[in-house]
Amino acid sequence: MSLVTSASAGSKPGILLARIGRSLKNALIKLSREPVGLFGFIVLLLLIIVAILAPLIAPYSPTTQNLPNALQAPSWEHWAGTDEYGRDILSRLIYGTRITIQTVLAVSVIVGPIGMLVGIVAGFVGGRTDAILMRFTDIVLSFPSLILALSFAAALGAGLETAIIAISLTGWPPIARLARAETLIVRNTDYVAAARLYGASPLRVLFLYIAPMCIPSVVVRLTLNMAGIILTAAALGFLGLGAQPPAPEWGAMISSGRQYMLDNWWVAVMPGIAILLTSLAFNLVGDALRDILDPRHARS
Amino acid sequence: MIEVSNLSVSFGSGEARRQVVKGVSFVVGKGETLGIVGESGCGKSTVLRSLAGLDRHWEGEIRLAGNAVDRERSREQLKLAQMVFQDPYGSIHPRHRIERVLAEPARAMKIGDGWSRVAPSLEQVGLPANFAERFPHELSGGQRQRVAIARALMLEPEILLLDEPTSALDVSVQAEVLNLLSDLREERNLTYVLVSHDLSVIAHMCDRVLVMKDGAFVDELDKGALEQGQTHHPYSKQLFKASFL
Repeated sequence: MSLVTSASAGSKPGILLARIGRSLKNALIKLSREPVGLFGFIVLLLLIIVAILAPLIAPYSPTTQNLPNALQAPSWEHWAGTDEYGRDILSRLIYGTRITIQTVLAVSVIVGPIGMLVGIVAGFVGGRTDAILMRFTDIVLSFPSLILALSFAAALGAGLETAIIAISLTGWPPIARLARAETLIVRNTDYVAAARLYGASPLRVLFLYIAPMCIPSVVVRLTLNMAGIILTAAALGFLGLGAQPPAPEWGAMISSGRQYMLDNWWVAVMPGIAILLTSLAFNLVGDALRDILDPRHARS
Repeated sequence: MIEVSNLSVSFGSGEARRQVVKGVSFVVGKGETLGIVGESGCGKSTVLRSLAGLDRHWEGEIRLAGNAVDRERSREQLKLAQMVFQDPYGSIHPRHRIERVLAEPARAMKIGDGWSRVAPSLEQVGLPANFAERFPHELSGGQRQRVAIARALMLEPEILLLDEPTSALDVSVQAEVLNLLSDLREERNLTYVLVSHDLSVIAHMCDRVLVMKDGAFVDELDKGALEQGQTHHPYSKQLFKASFL
């Protein structure tokens, strides 16, 4: 008896590591039963690797112009063809993943905690605080996100940072609503009542009892949101309000390829495929995460 | 141990105001088990939740271990009485391992780190110490209820409030849990208030029973009367008839 207790007290980090390993293994086992989710994860993993190793992988420079070589059709030399300035489209797409991943991560890191904090506090405290926070959320929610992003980008000047801030501004309300709905369910459960009975402070209840129950659905929602973020970022790029040329932003690439679409389809289609694949992968991963993050989940 | 005088509980306000508990008074001695029976919605759980400090709509006076307690309990007052809930599937946090479930009371109260007492407390309710590693969904209903009892005892309260502790369990497991509760009462000289609509559970556990109807007590039966099925009120007679047929 005492042996067990001293062992668990003595090597807490070791046990923790073993646990993380075990839950990781469980997650992988669950993932392997879902081929579609697995596909999404692989595509995402590839994207991240490509983003990190872009300078090593890309066959050409993404920005150096080579006018004699302009608008070449896809060939062995240029797998995705070249654009109107003779730049290799494949290389631009590879460097573009950096911008895309950067945007998605930045927006998620801003939007997730803010949305969750607003939602959990509103749901848990209730009363006037809830009313004020949720009306504010409703107001932000009623703004068309692209229009707000447009006006914001116009006010602060076009650029990747502005695009990130603008998308984040309109991205948190759905997360807040979700977190609030979860909180309303959790705060009336018996385990929260029991926590009150043994004197857990409101902050403790909020962070140790309610937040862990909200995190999975928030993560799933965020992952599904990422597809939307990519599309909004691409739309801003298309309108010239995202990353500025010559940065190889996918939306901006479609925009510039539009003029040549009829004769040189690859200039617009290649970045289109990249956007499509990426947002599809995020959607699939979001779906798979929902199943993996629930410890009770067993596929019937 | 417990003195309740003129306890009333009302919910809502204005037109919708409804009095759920109507000025009840009772006393429970140290080491005694008091049962409260009645049909669903008669207010018995509300009485218990007011005793525990979960419900704050009550008026009147509640004294635990000789001290009058407030609607908003202090930590010292919370330590006097703990509660075991009806549904063991809903009363344990689904994302906490059993060791965290059992360590939380001490950690929340800031008395010790709590982890060291997990194994002994599991043993005390008849579960192996390696259950500490598990998640609640890896336990059966009866095992969970044992964990819930162990958690309620972590703060070493003198009073345990039991809200239909067995109604969500199989019949065979019910008996095990009830026996565990009886043993614990003897070991630690605990005082129980047991709420149930199951008269056989009440008869097995309680020294004294209060029969509740529409927010008021209509009958009081001691152990002898319980065994012989003596009743003093038509409603309790009806209740006994329905359950012992």
